[in-house]
Amino acid sequence: MSRVGRNINVSFERLRHLGHRQDRPRRIASDAGTCPKCDSHYSADEMRRNMRVCPACGHHFAVTARERLEQLGEPGGYTELWPDLRAADPLQFTDLKPYVERIRDAESSTGMGEAIVCAELEIRHVPCVAAIMDFSFMGGSMGAVVGEKFARACEYAAQKGVPFVVLSSSGGARMQEGTLALMQMAKTVIALDALADARVPVIVILAHPTTGGVWASFASLGDVTYAEPGALIAFSGPRVIEETTREVLPSDFGRAERQLANGQVDAVVDRRELAARIGRVLAILAPPPGQAAQGGGSLQWAQDAAGGVGRAAQSFPEAARKAINKILPSSGDDTEGGK
Amino acid sequence: MSKPDGPGFVRRVTGKLGRAPEPQVDEDLWASIQLARHAERPYTLDYINRICSDFEEMHGDRLFGDDPAMVAGFGRFNGRPVAIVGQQKGRDTNERTYRNFGMASPEGYRKSMRVMEIANRLGIPVITLIDTPGAFPGASAEERGQGGAISRSMQLMWRLDVPVIAVVIGEGSSGGALGLGIADKVLMLENSTYSVISPEGASAILWRDASQAKQAAQAFKPTAANCYRWGVADAVVPEPAGGAHTDYDQAAAILGQYLERTLVELEALTPAERRTARRDRFRRLGPLRDPENGMAMVSGRDTPPPG
Ligand SMILES: [Zn+2]
Repeated sequence: MSRVGRNINVSFERLRHLGHRQDRPRRIASDAGTCPKCDSHYSADEMRRNMRVCPACGHHFAVTARERLEQLGEPGGYTELWPDLRAADPLQFTDLKPYVERIRDAESSTGMGEAIVCAELEIRHVPCVAAIMDFSFMGGSMGAVVGEKFARACEYAAQKGVPFVVLSSSGGARMQEGTLALMQMAKTVIALDALADARVPVIVILAHPTTGGVWASFASLGDVTYAEPGALIAFSGPRVIEETTREVLPSDFGRAERQLANGQVDAVVDRRELAARIGRVLAILAPPPGQAAQGGGSLQWAQDAAGGVGRAAQSFPEAARKAINKILPSSGDDTEGGK
Repeated sequence: MSKPDGPGFVRRVTGKLGRAPEPQVDEDLWASIQLARHAERPYTLDYINRICSDFEEMHGDRLFGDDPAMVAGFGRFNGRPVAIVGQQKGRDTNERTYRNFGMASPEGYRKSMRVMEIANRLGIPVITLIDTPGAFPGASAEERGQGGAISRSMQLMWRLDVPVIAVVIGEGSSGGALGLGIADKVLMLENSTYSVISPEGASAILWRDASQAKQAAQAFKPTAANCYRWGVADAVVPEPAGGAHTDYDQAAAILGQYLERTLVELEALTPAERRTARRDRFRRLGPLRDPENGMAMVSGRDTPPPG
């Protein structure tokens, strides 16, 4: 079947055959790993169980967007929104490699369709909409698809009246989409205001790295802003600054802990505490119906939610796997393009 | 040369994979990009002083300091009050340093926001003049929240009830340019550029070789005419023959005509109508493929800019 029409150009055509790849086995470099800080080695299973945080030294490894959703959500999982949006190639862009080829490589190496996954889920019993970025897909860069999915997620959360949770991990705007990628900064900033109008809170979690046009747009506009330990948070990266100004930067330049001291974030939160922390603040700012009316109920509820973190962490791999299987298309699904 | 990432290497690899040969650099495009940042090009204050019969410049963000890379104030334009803000470049070495090459710090955006807020309260239209290689990349700027200054400037511009016009007068690069770019109408001077990054920056990042600026420019094609086609610009403002630097008075007079026409058009709308159109204008930008809707979503126009 070829719903993806014929009056589109060659690069669309080449991309069309890629379709879904989530169902294929994926190997990401961080499946098993050695901690760059303390040299401890972990198996893929240990990494997953430890939420990709080194138990010895606390180093935070990269996490894919879908694994993030498993970490944040409830057993029972999440519903992914607009998984089918794909990049176009408006500039017919080629640097050392054609853009279409970079996209194809990113799709096959990550099993993702783009650098952001939007989903509906519950975080510690609070229904919300989440937009989670994935650095492994072209450096988490923001092109038209990231901008569009983000904007739709804002509008959807506003329409449902539920909180919006954003996790950023991005090098900034996607160079290969040129000026139109820059414009996604504007699109996302404006879309966030739908949530202000709906009077629902926006929680932003800054993961490593959050730089460039993503930091200078939606990522710096959270109502509550948490950063993961060690995350680089900056508009200009250290290399650019050193080259432009000849400044010698401290080794912790732009890191989460320093940005906390600079007043740029509300707290640095260990990934293993993240879901409970979000649940707690959402319980205060956006208690689910029925919780708000009881004086002090929210607090008690928040403590329960926080206490649940251990239990949830133990049970999530199995439950999450089930959830994932539930939402992924089975192989041979005809969205492949009928080939 | 033995550097593996040099142009020779690129040619060899692309040749081997049977792809199109290295794109020809369009010399007209490169010339236009060079004109956008010509040393004699009129800068923000050159336009303000010619467009406005009177201009009162404001200083300081009331939080930390005053940023000379950003000019902000109130003036009279064709008999009506306007607020004008814009990045300011310097002409000679001293002034260039003083103006920090038109690279604004958070204080610059916050000063500009302060002026826009006053304008909004007093019902005065806002005009921004964009001319920057980017926001200042420095540790001090980062510590004081460069990212948040830019995002909040965009947020404020989107929220304004008064008419907002943005004009790219020279070089509009990166988020530092877009920080002044959320407007009802975006005009671009004929030889201005609007790009996600400067050609030199792109060259260093994508080609891993700072000398590939021409090729980067060719790949980004960030000219006014292309921005019009993409829907990023709403009008292209002609420049005097040879470029705006050949005749400041004429360049400013033409810009004044375009601003007047655009203001009249915007003043006919209600604040709510303007804001809805402003949101939709940016919401549309960025082509992608959406199988749900059966087709690629395409922004932009098929026609070249009029005139
Ligand atoms: Zn370690």
